Amino acid sequence: MNKQKKQPDAKGRFGVYGGRYVPETVMFALDDLEKCYNKIKRDKKFKDELNGYFKSFIGRPSPLYFAERLTKYCKGPRIWFKREDLNHTGAHKINNTVGQILLAMRMGKKRIIAETGAGQHGLATATVCARFGLECIIYMGAEDIQRQAPNVAKIKLLGAKVVPVTSGSQTLKDATNEALRDWVTNIKDTFYIIGSVVGPHPYPQIVRDFQSIIGRETKTQCRKEFGKMPNAIVACVGGGSNAMGIFSSFLDEKKVKLYGIEAAGYGLRSKKHAATLSLGKPGVLHGAYSYLLYDSDGQIQLPHSISAGLDYPGVGPEHSMLKDSGRVIYISVTDKEALNAFHVVSNLEGIIPALESSHALAWLLKNGKTMSRRGNVVVCLSGRGDKDMDYILSLGGADE
Amino acid sequence: MSRISTTLSGRSSKLLIPFFTAGFPDMKTSFQYAKVAVQAGADMIELGVPFSDPLADGPQIQYSSYSALQKGVSLKVILEGVRSARKSVDCPIILMGYYNPIHAFGLRSFLKMAQSSTVDGLIVPDLPVDESGDYSKEMIRNKLSSIFLVAPTSSKRRIKQIDTRSSDFVYAVTVAGVTGTGKVFSKATDTYLEQLSRLLHKPFVAGFGVSDPVSAKRLCRYADGVVIGSAFVSIIRESRTKRQSIVNVGRFVSRIRKVI
Repeated sequence: MNKQKKQPDAKGRFGVYGGRYVPETVMFALDDLEKCYNKIKRDKKFKDELNGYFKSFIGRPSPLYFAERLTKYCKGPRIWFKREDLNHTGAHKINNTVGQILLAMRMGKKRIIAETGAGQHGLATATVCARFGLECIIYMGAEDIQRQAPNVAKIKLLGAKVVPVTSGSQTLKDATNEALRDWVTNIKDTFYIIGSVVGPHPYPQIVRDFQSIIGRETKTQCRKEFGKMPNAIVACVGGGSNAMGIFSSFLDEKKVKLYGIEAAGYGLRSKKHAATLSLGKPGVLHGAYSYLLYDSDGQIQLPHSISAGLDYPGVGPEHSMLKDSGRVIYISVTDKEALNAFHVVSNLEGIIPALESSHALAWLLKNGKTMSRRGNVVVCLSGRGDKDMDYILSLGGADE
Repeated sequence: MSRISTTLSGRSSKLLIPFFTAGFPDMKTSFQYAKVAVQAGADMIELGVPFSDPLADGPQIQYSSYSALQKGVSLKVILEGVRSARKSVDCPIILMGYYNPIHAFGLRSFLKMAQSSTVDGLIVPDLPVDESGDYSKEMIRNKLSSIFLVAPTSSKRRIKQIDTRSSDFVYAVTVAGVTGTGKVFSKATDTYLEQLSRLLHKPFVAGFGVSDPVSAKRLCRYADGVVIGSAFVSIIRESRTKRQSIVNVGRFVSRIRKVI
């Protein structure tokens, strides 16, 4: 049994982080969810059903791919991509939504809501709602709707309703506020599919567990491909679900270095960034105690990242614990560095990475040459960049 | 005896508690609302502490909070405001605010300063009893009244816990939802409030969605009073001038006072 699996504790805490900072109205729904989840997570029928959809609907296992030309270019360790970009709907998000919708149906809920930033979680939620015939409402910041037009079109095509959120920064934070308001209002018949390892307990645990398939597969694939554990794993961190998914299987492998890459936006000194773990302080937002970006009055700061999926002022509570313990090293890269990696990897590997995943790649481009050439590094390629094409073109970046 | 227990033991009618967002439309005017409300028969004043992400609030209080934040309102400014308003407002003043600004201030130093600024109690909508261990201890130490929320979805076990942990009275959220929904209360609301009146040992006031004399009166069949918030934001926004808004706030309080 993986030692890390004991987190969170009975009160939903990862060390001091996590918990349930929500209005009283929501408490019963979290209790119900926790009870139901604890029951089904050991249920063989549920596991078989989930694995069935992982295989036939998502297309798992996703390959571990050797990035040969990028390895040569970086002059460092052998680079491997965990290809979550090849999943149905183009990112890791679908692992979690398939799991949560099966949970929602077990609980008899008919109406599904979700928040989305880059649109990948919205798309993954709309997809499973279409598959299982449930009503679906997606809250999305008005600014993100513009940045991620192709995903919005897909979500609508799948029969879901997209509600534009015009409050605050009009991005993921505000979409989450609005989804929570909907949930409080329709708490009896509505299931809230949270898209990352954030929110009140038990969400950070549930999302991590459903995403942990990434890490379990990676471990097996590493053994098969190069007969040992990788030297390091690199993943981008917004809320942190792809990172938690791949890290969870390696937390007890002490020799495997784990790197979580945050969005530094215009730079850490610019005040326009989303580097929550690098520059934030512990605080309370969206139901959990975790690192957070806020000012001296406790008001939440508006984050910035070129990547809508990382444009969030908070981070999952388990990441906060892992930062304090030092088990995971959290570093950030800028918009510019991520954009550069986006182009380099597209050109060298014939794989167009999502701007989110490009942050993890950018870190490797910067630091790869300092690592042993005999080693192996796995990058979680959390999603594909198709959704970012309009945005990239608007920057005039396709000619580079 | 504290101001709150004096008010509770001395009351001959239902409690009328208006809510005003501190700093909306500005600090001075929000305390003028408090003053006129007390003159018109309000028993306590609830002051909203604006937060950037008020996830339990509907559009009206989102608006007033945002507007107050634009003016640079902070916890410190509000506490100073309460202290200087004491000359004209001698009823209990309760702050209602989300947890992060309190956490950022530092729980201990905030409660100490709240106490010395003559704040009487606190409502923190995103701090359920389960997470309130340290908070409750510090509240008691500073002789501040903890008011916890109870909801239509609260189990009997939770209702009892909330009753025990609340110092003087309990705040009952009337409907599942955010503030200011203006929902028409149903039979289920009556059943819920009736159940609360049996289960709770402490008095309770009803809030969220109380928008007019009719709804206030209906809730007071079982509840010991009402909290009205979003309706005041609407009234203030619809008033042409600040002076007119103060008059309108007073009138609205009088209209409610007449029926409960």
